[in-house]
Amino acid sequence: MVNPTKMLEERKAGQSTGTANLKIEVKNFNFYYGSYHALKEINFPIYEKRVTAIIGPSGCGKTTLLRAFNRMHDLYAGARYEGEIVIHPDGANLVDRKTDPLKVRMRIGMVFQKPNPFPKSVYENVAYGLRIRGVKNKKMLDEAVEGALKGAALWEEIKDRLDANAYSLSGGQQQRLCIARAIAVEPEVLLFDEPTSALDPISTAKIEDLIVELKQRVTIVIVTHNMQQAARISDYTAFMYLGELVEFGPTEKIFTKPEKKLTEDYITGRFG
Amino acid sequence: MTLSIEAKKVIDFGVFLFLLFMGAVSVLVTFAIVWVLVVDTVRFFTHPEGGGFPTSLLRFFTETQWTPTFYNKQIGIWPLVNGTFLIAFISMVVAVPLGILVAVYLSEYASWKVRETVKPWLDFLEAVPTVVYGYFALLFITPLLQKMLEPFGIPVEGMNALSPGIVIGVMILPYTASMIEDAFKGVPQYLREASYSLGASKLRTALFVVLPAAKSGVLSAYLLGFSRAIGETMVVAVAAGMYPQLTANPLEPIQTITGYIVQVALGDLPFNSFEYLSIFAAGFMLFVITLILNSVAVYLKSKAVGY
Repeated sequence: MVNPTKMLEERKAGQSTGTANLKIEVKNFNFYYGSYHALKEINFPIYEKRVTAIIGPSGCGKTTLLRAFNRMHDLYAGARYEGEIVIHPDGANLVDRKTDPLKVRMRIGMVFQKPNPFPKSVYENVAYGLRIRGVKNKKMLDEAVEGALKGAALWEEIKDRLDANAYSLSGGQQQRLCIARAIAVEPEVLLFDEPTSALDPISTAKIEDLIVELKQRVTIVIVTHNMQQAARISDYTAFMYLGELVEFGPTEKIFTKPEKKLTEDYITGRFG
Repeated sequence: MTLSIEAKKVIDFGVFLFLLFMGAVSVLVTFAIVWVLVVDTVRFFTHPEGGGFPTSLLRFFTETQWTPTFYNKQIGIWPLVNGTFLIAFISMVVAVPLGILVAVYLSEYASWKVRETVKPWLDFLEAVPTVVYGYFALLFITPLLQKMLEPFGIPVEGMNALSPGIVIGVMILPYTASMIEDAFKGVPQYLREASYSLGASKLRTALFVVLPAAKSGVLSAYLLGFSRAIGETMVVAVAAGMYPQLTANPLEPIQTITGYIVQVALGDLPFNSFEYLSIFAAGFMLFVITLILNSVAVYLKSKAVGY
């Protein structure tokens, strides 16, 4: 048995200040792989410049939900969205058939489970998204690359190795490089799919600090199978089970006074 | 019926010997071929008609004409090498861009269903006998080129390098495209996802992420295609002419190493004569060229593992 209050003691979420504005609303969202109904009637809000964690046991659909936000499922045949994921301030429905997935991905960045830098130089990795957006000016690129690497707490370590192949970096550095690549294009929302599951504890701590810092600039949604991690860094937590959203609320509340028995059982480690 | 352990061991050993023998046969045959090639090449270079060793070797690399079957024998290999590479180069001009395009389409754009339907057809193309391609070059492409170019005052000879070059390019295309597609398939999906997640289009992902990541595989596909073009025999024998010359003009007749070998081997030259032995020297040259190309390709491909 785990004591959830203990988990909250290690909190580094800092305290988010100011009113939380709605950034994304998930409304009656359903998702299908072919005939398989993977996500059922999901409803919850995501607040601007806050960290929202999605937790739940393996196979509960948390990664599937995350990948719906930036339409990653469009890359594979047989995926079907139903319902709405509305992004503010413009109120566009991200999963509408008429919404161009390329435009969605221009606004919503993603960091993956396994560090996946391109087999190119550090510089070219970070500049890739900017080049897609048509930035050609060398000076602008240089500045943006430096800014993004600083934002990802990587600049000091590799400022002399910008031409080195990204694969010469350590796993933790590679993951921070992927974060730099994602923030270089100033997305409105940044999705993290279990970003530390392939990393050692020290690299994990660095990434967690980074996520807490990044929420000053960007709205963050993170999927994690590590409840302690969710407790440490998130402001809001969504708990999913078998393709359904069981409970959503402020992280402190989910970890101390959950409304549903299922949430309590999962948080205290009775199953999962 | 159950066999005793001893009996099983004996059978096992027997099977082992049989398989070893079968495996060894193919290796031995390869060695035998190389041996014949080397022996007859040595006999060519020590033949008195060529001036004997080492004069003949010197002439082989310094003379600019290849006329071992004439009364005035010149044995400079370069005209044949020139013809061989000219054809191979033309074929690569066709196969390189088309190979990439077909592979990008199949691997990044086509749906699974289309890909599975098209790929067997690519393999069918490979099953067309090369002599058919040869007559296609001679009777279809050459007249077409003549019709297209002669109004502009550009003479196209009935036998030329361009027409078989183009046809060989098309001929090696299925092979090259399918190897490039395999190289693309080896590029991990997470790299594509990284690219798409940044808002990249399919084309950009294919050209700026998948292609560079697969570059050693792509290069090795091209090298193997090139070495096939160099070794191609029937198409050039039918449509390229029999005139070994040092030229860069693809509209003139040329002769390739393989073309020469066919011409002499089909003729009625006496066995073991100097003329007859010359095909082994030419063949040895071809062997060395393709061996180098294939080794580089295999090396690149081994580096491509992982991507």
